[in-house]
Amino acid sequence: MIALAAETTGNEVAGFGNDPWWIIAIKCLAIFVLCVVLTLFNIVFERKVVARMQHRVGPNRTGPFGSLQSLADGVKLMFKEDIIPKAADKIVYIAAPLVAVIPSFLILSVIPLGPEVSIFGHETRLQLTDMPVAVLFTLAIASVGVYGLMMAGWSSGSTYPLLGGLRSTAQVISYELVMGLSFVGVFLFAGTMSTSGIVAEQERLWYGIILLPSFLIYLIAMVGETNRAPFDLPEAEGELVAGWGTEYSSIKYAMFFLAEYINMVNVSAIATTLFLGGWRAPWPLSAVNDGMFNTGWWPLLWFFAKVILLIFVFVWLRGTLPRLRYDQFMHFCWKVLLPISLVWIVAVAGMRLAFNEGIERNQILLYGGIAVAVLLIGSLLIPEKKPAEEDEQAATPEFDAFAGGHPVPPMPGQEFVAARIPVTPTGATTKTDDRTEESSRA
Amino acid sequence: MGEAALFWIMAPIAVLGALGLVFSRKAVHGALCLAATMVSLALFYIAQEAPFLGVVQIVVYTGAIMMLFLFVIMLVGVDSSDSRVETIRGQRVAATLAILGVVLLLSAVTIRATLPEEPAGLAQASPDGNVPAIADLIFGTYFWAFEVVAALLITAAVGAMTLTHRERIFHRPTQKELSIKRFSEGPPEEAAGLPVPGVYARHNAVDTPALLPDGTPSEASINRVLVARGAARSSDEFRHHPTPADVEAAAEGETDEPAGQIGADDDARGGERA
Repeated sequence: MIALAAETTGNEVAGFGNDPWWIIAIKCLAIFVLCVVLTLFNIVFERKVVARMQHRVGPNRTGPFGSLQSLADGVKLMFKEDIIPKAADKIVYIAAPLVAVIPSFLILSVIPLGPEVSIFGHETRLQLTDMPVAVLFTLAIASVGVYGLMMAGWSSGSTYPLLGGLRSTAQVISYELVMGLSFVGVFLFAGTMSTSGIVAEQERLWYGIILLPSFLIYLIAMVGETNRAPFDLPEAEGELVAGWGTEYSSIKYAMFFLAEYINMVNVSAIATTLFLGGWRAPWPLSAVNDGMFNTGWWPLLWFFAKVILLIFVFVWLRGTLPRLRYDQFMHFCWKVLLPISLVWIVAVAGMRLAFNEGIERNQILLYGGIAVAVLLIGSLLIPEKKPAEEDEQAATPEFDAFAGGHPVPPMPGQEFVAARIPVTPTGATTKTDDRTEESSRA
Repeated sequence: MGEAALFWIMAPIAVLGALGLVFSRKAVHGALCLAATMVSLALFYIAQEAPFLGVVQIVVYTGAIMMLFLFVIMLVGVDSSDSRVETIRGQRVAATLAILGVVLLLSAVTIRATLPEEPAGLAQASPDGNVPAIADLIFGTYFWAFEVVAALLITAAVGAMTLTHRERIFHRPTQKELSIKRFSEGPPEEAAGLPVPGVYARHNAVDTPALLPDGTPSEASINRVLVARGAARSSDEFRHHPTPADVEAAAEGETDEPAGQIGADDDARGGERA
């Protein structure tokens, strides 16, 4: 499916690979610093915004307006005692935070932060590298990062982390699937899987508008993928203490924390690139002075404005929604999001094919409208579900758990009735006795 | 140069990972080693100008398939090692024969293979880039084989679903029904949920019963599974045993609460609890 989408891909990653080594070094360093600084910023930002939503003030002691709070917290975390549980599998336990944090630094390397700029007289793009499969690359890196959580959960050698690790695995596999499907619409329209190519294709209209369902599905999937509230089941504190991170402390825990916040930036950056026009200025600004705001260093501003807007959405969700129950959450992924994505991809592929065949847009809208209308009218003809089940049950003979002398399951239409075992009065009385005894002791 | 450096760094990792898979005693270590090997191979593919294959290798094999393997293996727990007992008779002999056969086959193919004088080159093999070239092969030349494999996989998935399907004969109570039942039938103090283990107790571990407001340990706060395994602490350990001094004090009617005396006497349990 993905390969089909890319059938029209040319060699679009020209313009990369010509940088001298020092430009590459500067870009690598910049991405690293950006990840760390954004994490420090996001933690304070999140605490401030959530505090406002809950009529509190939030951190306001360290630095101006509490802006250095996360720095102070980070230093404190580093100096805490580093505990390795006796039952832990040491090698895996120590490797897990590294496996979680290293991939999270890699994703920004394929995200275009801006167009061509001049760094010390050298013309270069504000993007470390690009490849024909850059968007899939981000998916691949994200799936490696999950190993960290999983290894942490298993190697801790206790129950809550193990449950957290299992939950995070199941969750990320499921939501990564949905996330991948939400990309397919973009690939079909852009005709490329390279991030710079996708941004270039959104010059006229953002894909977040044309492919609104894809965008919404991605927004949901990205919250599931980063284990954030309301989908933070792997570390649900009410159920699992801190999930996979329960046994971790000190710098190892700080690394998981770092990875989580960088991943938030990563998925937001991918959403910006794929659906919100990347570094391009929003509409009224993009027309100012013949597109002045889309050149030079200006785009960095638009890019980070969009990323931080999406981070705000994360915080907003966290401040608003209660956590889902685990089975409902998986049900939602596999039985709601996945079918919707599949149907939508078929529709997008159909539209794309129609455009390629040269059919007018009006005609597509007309026939699409007719099809939808027919489906709607057809749905009216489906008879309503009758509450006649009771009659049916009355018609079938009553369920006998020992029909023919053997224990048997109920036939279709019969209702299972547990064999009535007479309640021994002694059992009931002992229970009440216990209670009275306890209360008398009080 | 760069490619050579990458090779000499990643190749040992790939080989070590493969050896680790074979020789590690714990199944999870083996699976992690295999994942490392797969990631190294993916990097080789990317270095060989096959970015699509490399990335898909990570997404599909490392990210999905190995992850599902780990998911199952992890459930066996951190302490368990593989048992070395042969469960199927003749398994080792058969396995050795099969390995020999595969090695023979592979080496025969490798030795007999001949390379053309001049490699055709990427420009000729995939003129429009890596991804379109793969798309052409999958959806053009090998379309039929591709679809047959897809049908096979779907059949396998449906078969697994069918074989593991179990008809539900009981009505499974929903959360709402359970909640209503808790209020209408259960004891009123448990309607809002059972007490959490460790609350107000000496320490907050799951095996420690919670102390109720009156100081008595609550059996209901400990998971039944822990009790059944014998992993929970007995609640007697946390119950306050009155000393003769307490009893006297209570008899004299000076105080209703024996707790007032705890600080005075040197009862270790009572002191700790206080």
